[in-house]
Amino acid sequence: MTHCAILPVLDDEDREFALNDYEGAMARWCPGCGDHSILTAVEKLLVAEQLKPEQTVFVSGIGCSSRFPHYLKTYGFHGLHGRALPVATGVKLHRPDLEVFVVMGDGDCCSIGAAHWIHAIRYNIRMVALLLDNSIYGLTKKQTSPTTPQGFKTNTQPYGSFLPPLNPLTTTLGTTNASFVAQTAEWIPAHLYATLRAAYHHPGFAFVRILQRCPMYTQGMYEEAVRNPSVVELLVHDDGINAPELDKVYKSRAAHDPSDIDAARKLAGDETRIRLGLFYRNEQKARYDLIRKPPVITRSERIELLNAELDHYAV
Amino acid sequence: MTVSSVLTEDLVFPVPTVLRRPEHTIEIVSDAGEGAQKCGQIFGAVSAKMGNGVWTVEIIPAEIQPPPRTAEGASGNRIRFGTGPITNWGDETNLVVAFNEQVLLGRHRLGALASDAIVLIENSWGSSPNPDVRAAWNKAMTELAAESYRIIEVPMEEQCLTIDDNPRKGKNMFVLGMLAYIYDRSLERIEDQIAYAFRKKSEEVFRKNVALMRLGVEWAQSNLDFRIEVPTNPPREALVVMNGNEALGMGALASGMELCAMYPITPATSVSHYLAEVFTKFGGILHQAEDEIAAAGVAIGASYAGKVAFTVTSGPGLALKTEFIGLAVMTETPLVVIDVQRGGPSTGLPTKVEQSDLLAALFAQPGDAPRVVIAPATIEECFHSMITARQIAETFRVVVMVLSDANLSTGVQPFPRPQLKNEWLAPELDLVPVKEGFRAYDWDQRMGISTRAIPGQPGGMFTVTGLSHDESSKVAYGAGVHQRSTAMRSRKLAVLQQTLLRPTIYGDEEGDLLIVGWGSTRGAIEEAIDRARAEGIRASSVHLTFLSPMQPGLKEIFSKFRKVITVEINYSDQPGDPFITEENRRRGQLAMLLRSQTLCDVGCWTRVPGEPLRPGQIHQAIRDAVNTNNGEES
Repeated sequence: MTHCAILPVLDDEDREFALNDYEGAMARWCPGCGDHSILTAVEKLLVAEQLKPEQTVFVSGIGCSSRFPHYLKTYGFHGLHGRALPVATGVKLHRPDLEVFVVMGDGDCCSIGAAHWIHAIRYNIRMVALLLDNSIYGLTKKQTSPTTPQGFKTNTQPYGSFLPPLNPLTTTLGTTNASFVAQTAEWIPAHLYATLRAAYHHPGFAFVRILQRCPMYTQGMYEEAVRNPSVVELLVHDDGINAPELDKVYKSRAAHDPSDIDAARKLAGDETRIRLGLFYRNEQKARYDLIRKPPVITRSERIELLNAELDHYAV
Repeated sequence: MTVSSVLTEDLVFPVPTVLRRPEHTIEIVSDAGEGAQKCGQIFGAVSAKMGNGVWTVEIIPAEIQPPPRTAEGASGNRIRFGTGPITNWGDETNLVVAFNEQVLLGRHRLGALASDAIVLIENSWGSSPNPDVRAAWNKAMTELAAESYRIIEVPMEEQCLTIDDNPRKGKNMFVLGMLAYIYDRSLERIEDQIAYAFRKKSEEVFRKNVALMRLGVEWAQSNLDFRIEVPTNPPREALVVMNGNEALGMGALASGMELCAMYPITPATSVSHYLAEVFTKFGGILHQAEDEIAAAGVAIGASYAGKVAFTVTSGPGLALKTEFIGLAVMTETPLVVIDVQRGGPSTGLPTKVEQSDLLAALFAQPGDAPRVVIAPATIEECFHSMITARQIAETFRVVVMVLSDANLSTGVQPFPRPQLKNEWLAPELDLVPVKEGFRAYDWDQRMGISTRAIPGQPGGMFTVTGLSHDESSKVAYGAGVHQRSTAMRSRKLAVLQQTLLRPTIYGDEEGDLLIVGWGSTRGAIEEAIDRARAEGIRASSVHLTFLSPMQPGLKEIFSKFRKVITVEINYSDQPGDPFITEENRRRGQLAMLLRSQTLCDVGCWTRVPGEPLRPGQIHQAIRDAVNTNNGEES
C-alpha cells in the first residue's frame, strides 16, 4: 500500500490483462535489434504477472533502449541520459504501491549515470533495473561505451577502443548492499524470460544485465555465442534461474549457489566465458524504501502536528 | 560616586546610568565553537518574547573550526532589536562582546562597529603566559584605541573558572548574563530558553549554564556603570520566531508536500536539518541523495507519481540541477526548487549573502524553458512562499523557483503566527479513472493548462518524455507541434501573470526616485526610504515578489518617477570605472530584466560585499541618485 493518503477507488478486480493491454506504440528500433526480443519478454512477464497497466511505471534514460516505455501501454517516464534511477527512486519512495521497472543502456547506466547506479544498488529499493548492454552507443552512431571491448573500432576511437571494458557484474557485486545480480541474453528468450520473472519477484533492487546485439554497429559481437550454445555457460542451482526448456541445447553448465557472494564475484570476474544466470541473491539486505516508509496521516492530524510545531517557536 | 560607596565598594552596587534607546545593535563574537551563536540566539529569542522587534544574523566563518584568535575566524551573532518592528540588520553595531581581541579586530576592520560602540572584551589575553599572545593583544588594543570606542575589559575566563574548569566553556552563558543585566532581560525567560537550548543535554549541564549566566548578571551588576533600556512593546498578536530556513521547511509542511530531496550545500542545508527532525511524523521523506542532480531527479520522480515534491539547493547545486529542471519544464511535471543564494560564481562565498542567481533562476537552461520565480522578502514570506509555490506548481504544471538567500536563511525575526488552513495542504491523490478521450497534455488552447494523470489512474497511461511531443505525449519533431507545445508551456506564465496584483508602492505613487528591489533587501530599502523621506527627498520603493512572470503595472508605476533604479546584492559595473561606458556597462540582474520588460531607463545601485546591504548605504545611494543626472551613481 502507498504511504500517501489516496482516495478510495472502485477497483475491478476481475479485469484480466492480455498482451494487447500492454502494447504501446509500434517499436521503431532497427530490424534485428535485441531490444525487440526484450520488449516481447517484458510484455510476456506483464501478462504472466497480470500487472495492472496503471499501477506499472517504466522509467528510462536516453538511448535506443530508453525508447522502451513508449512501446508499452503502462505509465512511462522517458527522462534524461543516465538519470533514470533517481527518477525511479523518487517514484518508488513516494508511491511504494507502484511496480517500477528501469530500462537503461550501457552508456546510460555505466557511464553518465554511474554515480546513480552505484547508489541505487546501495539503496536497494524494490524495482527491476534492466541494463540493455549492446556495448556501443547506437543512437548517436557508434561511439565507444564503457562496455565496448578493447580494440573494437568506433567513431570516437577509430583505432580501437583504448581500455578494457568495464564489467557491470563485478561492479554491481562489489557494491555494498547489492541484493540481486543476474545476467541473461536477448537471443535466448527462455532464459531472458525466466530471469525477468526472478527479478520481478525479488524484494529489493534487482539488477539484470542483458547481453544484446546491435545489428548496425556491433554485428558479430555475439555471433559465436548465438551459433554455438556451448560457448555459453549457464549458472544453475535450485535457488537460481532455471529454464528447463534449455536443457537440451545449453549443456555447458556450472553449479553456483546464488547466496555465495565470493563465488559470485569470482565467476563474474572471469571474463573468459559468457555466463548467464543468477550470480547473487540475498533477500535480507537493508531496503531503503522500507526503512524510510513514513506513517500515513490525515489532514487534521497534519494541522494539529503543525500547530504543535509552531508552539515550539511561539513568542 | 559618593564617598560612602567608594569605602564600601565591595558591598554596594554602583548606581548605573540608564541610557534609553529606541533600538540597539549588539554583536557577540568569538572563535568558532565557543558558543557565541547560542548566546546570541537566546538573547534574540528572549528579546522577541519580551516584545522587542528583532533581527538576528549569524556571523559565520567558512570553516568549521578555523584557527583560533584570527581576525577572519570571527563567529557569532548580531542582534538588532528595538521598540518597534525591525526589518533588517541595520547599520553599525552599538555594543560588542568579544571573546578575544583578534575576532574583535576582524569586526573593527570590516567597519562593522559604530565609532562610539561599547566594547566588552575578555581581558585574560593581556596577561597570557605566552609572549606572542600578549604582544598580539597589545598591538590590537593600540589599533582599537585609535577609534573612540568605549572599551571595557572583562575578566570572563577568571570568573568562569570559579564554576567550570574548562575556560573555553561557559563564557557564552556568562556573557548572556552580562547582556541580560545591561538590557534588563527577564531572567526567567532566559532560563526557559537555556532549558530549551540544552534540552538534549543533562540536568547538570542546564544547571551549570544557569549558574554561569547568573554569575554574568552579578559581575555586570557590580562592575558596570551603565545600563541600556530599549523599551519593549508586548506583542498584540501571537508571534512565532525562527530563521528563514526553518520557515521554508515549516512552510513546506504547511503546504502538504511530502518529499524533499537534497544534497548538502551551504547555506541551504539547514532547511533539511529542520525537516530531518520532523518530516517523518508529518508523513514526509527527507531524502539525502547521492548528488545534486539525483536530488532533482528524485523530487521530479515523486512529483510525477503524486504530490508536488521539492528540492533545496544553493548556486553550485542549482547549476547541476539545470538539466533536470529543463526536463520538469518539458514534461510539465510540477516541481518546487528552493535556491538559498550565496555569493558566486562557482563556489564563491559559501556562507555569505548575494542575489546573483536571479538570471540563472529564470534562464539557466538550454532551449525555451519558462518557469515561475518568486522571492520571499522576509522570514514570514519564506513560510508562505512554499504554500504559494506548491499551489502554482500543481495548478499550472510548472517549475517554481523560490529564491531565498544567506541573509534570510540565518536571519531570525518574529512574525505573526500563521493561522493554518486546510486548503494550503496538497489534496489527497485521487486515482479515479481518467475521462474518456484523456490526453497527457490536453492543453487548453487559450491558457496552455492541462490536467495531469498520475500513475495509478486507470486509462491515463502514457509516457512522458523530454523529447518534443504532442498532446498525447507522442514524440513529434514536426515544426507545427513544437511551435504549438512551446507556446502552450509559455502561455501558462502569461495566465498566471494575469492573476497577480500590481505591486504596492512604499511611499508616494510619484516622485523623484523609485527604488525597485527583490528578495531579502526589502527591510533595508524601506528603512532607507523612510530616512530619505524624512529629509524631504521624494523617494519611494517597490518590492517585487514575482520575478517570473512579473507583476502587472510596472511600466505605469515607473512612469510616475523621474528616476528608477534597482538596489540589489549582485554585481554591476560602476559608471566611471575604466573602460565602462553606457554601451558596455553590465547592470544589476533585476535592472537588466526590467529594462527589457518595460523599455524604461532603469538604473541600478548594486554591491557584492558578502554581507546584507545596510540601510545607511542605501540611504546614501538614494541621496546620490537624486543629486545626479544619470539616474544611477555619481
